[in-house]
Amino acid sequence: MAEEEDDLILSELPDDELVPQMGDDLYDGLKDEVAEGVQILLDRGWAPYRILTEALVSGMTVVGNDFRDGILFVPEVLQAANAMKAGMGLLKPLLAETGAPKMGKMVIGTVKGDIHDIGKNLVGMMMEGAGFDVVDLGINTDADEYIDALAREQADILGMSALLTTTMPYMKIVIDTMAEKGIRDDYIVLVGGAPLNEEFGKAIGADAYCRDAAVAVETAKSFVARRHNQMPAG
Amino acid sequence: MNLPDDATLTDRGLPPSGAGRVLVLACGALAHEILALKRMNGWDHLDLTCLPAIWHNHPERIAPGVAQAVARHRAAYDTILVAYGDCGTGGGLARTCAELGVQMIEAPHCYAFFEGTDRFAAHEDEVTAFYLTDFLARQFEAFVWRPLGLDRFPDLIQAYFGNYEKLVYLAQTEDAALDTRARECAARLGLAYERRLTGYGDLERFLTPRG
Repeated sequence: MAEEEDDLILSELPDDELVPQMGDDLYDGLKDEVAEGVQILLDRGWAPYRILTEALVSGMTVVGNDFRDGILFVPEVLQAANAMKAGMGLLKPLLAETGAPKMGKMVIGTVKGDIHDIGKNLVGMMMEGAGFDVVDLGINTDADEYIDALAREQADILGMSALLTTTMPYMKIVIDTMAEKGIRDDYIVLVGGAPLNEEFGKAIGADAYCRDAAVAVETAKSFVARRHNQMPAG
Repeated sequence: MNLPDDATLTDRGLPPSGAGRVLVLACGALAHEILALKRMNGWDHLDLTCLPAIWHNHPERIAPGVAQAVARHRAAYDTILVAYGDCGTGGGLARTCAELGVQMIEAPHCYAFFEGTDRFAAHEDEVTAFYLTDFLARQFEAFVWRPLGLDRFPDLIQAYFGNYEKLVYLAQTEDAALDTRARECAARLGLAYERRLTGYGDLERFLTPRG
């Protein structure tokens, strides 16, 4: 089996075998193979957005589902994410110029006092994969940094992440500050992180708690669609 | 009381011996320290039982586990002391203890109560510090290296620890071998190293009989 895989030449596979193979390679965290697959599909004339959705995001969705179901664990998910990042690195510069759909813009960051960014980075990557522009403020982000970036970037969504029970209450400070400035309802506020839950999200006044990156993407899409439907016509 | 090895404390904890009026229900990572305090102070009224130390990595198991253990042992003791801080339960353990009418340690985690909760909180510049105690230094492989998959994917160190700057070893005891070990842990993670002797800190205060 291993020998067979070693002998596999990606460029010789037809599209309908190459794409599932790229999904397997992504699942196994093989970043060089995933990047090679992306390049092959580009060379065959695939649109970057099609490669992103059909070869990378779909593969990462399987990874996300298996993580949720306890089949994969964080180290394997990170390996897969690194592979996806390698593929996205090739596609990203091409997406804008090839008319990929724009879903909206998200400002994201890990809250003040917290330096953990694995979950935040996964969400950012999957949001980009779903067609959102993502402005990543990094770690240890205070309320002013979030609020300034929301205005500067004309964002639709604020995403806040925390891994520590000692830092997650800071999310409420950010939301309260937005409310004081009268801008809370101008944005969709999504929160996430291992110690959070839905009850906490509601209690601090977020629009939604997102259990994982896939849920964050679906929640963002649904809120953005709802907003568009509420906009006055014309 | 014979203490099992660290691997047993990590995965299975410790049953009570049945002697003493007061049961200390603790994280397995505190067993050595609590028994040392008991010996030093002649606290023969104390019995000790521990829940698996590896719940440090699974805080969602702590409050239900404590509730079950309190229910199981309550009838055999006058008092139960819960030797845990919040330990990542997000207030869940405090709510459980309040409902059960048992006392726990008022601190976010063992790092804080070993150093002294107030003193620990004063290190505002330590947001980029990763902490070890005596137990965690001995059990680094079981608590850090293997669960994070660094034995299989050492290149993930940057993803996990890229934002950290130093490893602070909060030492409960003077132990040159553990100092060396903790320093090696820091090197493996690519972090600067600092050792801070804390002794038993607020843990001793918590266990000291009142009145």
